[in-house]
Amino acid sequence: MDDGNEIEIRDLNLWYGDNHALKDVNLDIRKNRITALIGPSGCGKSTFLRCINRMNDLIEGVKIKGEVLLNGENIYKKDVDVVALRKRIGQVFQKPNPFPMSIYDNVAYGPRIHGVGKKELDGVVEKSLKDAALWREVSDRLEGAALDLSGGQQQRLCIARALAIRPDVILFDEPCSALDPISTHKIEDLLQELKKKYTIVIVTHNMQQAARVSDYTGFFLLGEMIEFNRTRVLFENPEMEQTEDYITGRFG
Amino acid sequence: MNHQKREDLVKSVLFVFSITASLILLLIIIFLFNEAIRLFQEVSFLDFLFGTKWNPEQGLYGAFPFVFFSIMATLGALIIAIPLGVSCAVFLAEIAPGWARDATRPVIELLAGIPSIIYGLFGLVIIVRFIKVSLELATGETILAGSIILAAMILPIIISISQDSIESVPKSFKLGSLAMGATNWQTLRKIILPTALPGIFAGIILGVGRAMGETMAVVLVLGNSENMPEVVKQLLGKEGSSTVMQLINQVPEILFKPGEALTSAILLEMGPAQVGGLHYSALFALGVILFCITFVLSVASNYILSRSQISVR
Ligand SMILES: Nc1ncnc2c1ncn2[C@@H]1O[C@H](COP(=O)(O)OP(=O)(O)OP(=O)(O)O)[C@@H](O)[C@H]1O
Ligand SMILES: [Mg+2]
Repeated sequence: MDDGNEIEIRDLNLWYGDNHALKDVNLDIRKNRITALIGPSGCGKSTFLRCINRMNDLIEGVKIKGEVLLNGENIYKKDVDVVALRKRIGQVFQKPNPFPMSIYDNVAYGPRIHGVGKKELDGVVEKSLKDAALWREVSDRLEGAALDLSGGQQQRLCIARALAIRPDVILFDEPCSALDPISTHKIEDLLQELKKKYTIVIVTHNMQQAARVSDYTGFFLLGEMIEFNRTRVLFENPEMEQTEDYITGRFG
Repeated sequence: MNHQKREDLVKSVLFVFSITASLILLLIIIFLFNEAIRLFQEVSFLDFLFGTKWNPEQGLYGAFPFVFFSIMATLGALIIAIPLGVSCAVFLAEIAPGWARDATRPVIELLAGIPSIIYGLFGLVIIVRFIKVSLELATGETILAGSIILAAMILPIIISISQDSIESVPKSFKLGSLAMGATNWQTLRKIILPTALPGIFAGIILGVGRAMGETMAVVLVLGNSENMPEVVKQLLGKEGSSTVMQLINQVPEILFKPGEALTSAILLEMGPAQVGGLHYSALFALGVILFCITFVLSVASNYILSRSQISVR
């Protein structure tokens, strides 16, 4: 396993109009590791995540300064192909958002768009569903509507859909917050499998979850990265007082 | 107790009102069919629907030319209005900045509310003349002119319903697609339009209903039986003979000829027709055809809309 940095964030600042939502954020995201982002609501975790795949470009009035280096290349350079970038950095959203089409078509959506041929498609779909630990539950109903799946299954389908485009990095924004404990558990197990092949960044409100699944954790507060460390260290021996207050629930 | 009683009272009043409304509708339908039924004691239903000769003086009541002209004018309108309306809706819903959207919405609603006679006058003065001059025809009062005017009239319906259904596609679908590296165009074509399609379709069907039922604008620009050239007179049975197939084969030609829509026929002939006579009854039968067409269209449109809500959630 390579231990280099997949992504390096340098002095990242972001404004929504006058709202300075990210302030001088610096962070290294290691290859094939799970990096968790925690912090109170509204501190900018989702905003930060959207900076990594440039989904903030879609929001009107956003201004970004600083650098996000993906394998050393600044993704905010002028001539960067955003479409190609998003193919390398997949995202799984907070609320499962499968498309209103069949399970098969959902997973095949990305590969089709990126020109994978008909012959290979079956294989890609099967592999992605297997990697997302959903294959056994849906292999006999691939043509069924994705929206008929349970919430947990829908979320794993969204993971399969993201895997199907063979990204290097997958961003998860509170992927379990709409799910029951069993589905949550399945996805946490899945993350451990996925990190063998992918670099993972996950935003979560659940501190136990961050402690359980991640290798590194960053603590955000009011748009600033307060502390970043190995997960074990950050939770057992935080350097900053604010971090300690937050993880012990004394915050506020 | 008192509350309960008052609620019961309100409930029964509302019930009576809604029953009254439905009853009135039912009465209109019964009346329409009742007036029309006399015709079918003399003329068989199939002869009426597919007969190509309409000449009340000779007792000929073939409604097909009217149906045909109505359908042609409507199809022509759709060919113009669907691409224009849907692309306009896509632009407004997906591409235009917020202020442009806010500015166009009231304008489009206003367009939908303009009385149809105004469209007719506009058509008569501008479009009919334009067609006459530019195509060097004997008269500009043609099916084509009717199609153009109808297109203008159904455009606001198609735009606003299509725009609504495109805007009601959940944002999460769009974000999901873009986050996978789809372009805006791919997202539009593969996710947004298919999801919005039932709504767009319902809007189109509603437009078809409006176009088929439109009277005032059409009667002004389509020409009428008084100054109809020979071809059309033939079709209507004054002389010569023609069949349904012949009529259909002449589509390209007829497009540049005057015609008479179902609605125009009723409007123009109701005056001369003797009340209670066969001619009178035949005009009501034309109304029945119109009613059935619009009824089927509106049921279809409602059905499609209700199903779309299920599939999108
Ligand atoms: N689309 C937007 N337009 C304008 N301001 C926004 C937008 N999204 C977020 N913000 C603002 O940016 C700040 C950070 O929001 P963000 O959603 O990143 O927080 P978060 O840490 O993800 O919160 P939560 O834990 O509740 O999801 C907030 O002040 C928020 O109001
Ligand atoms: Mg968030």
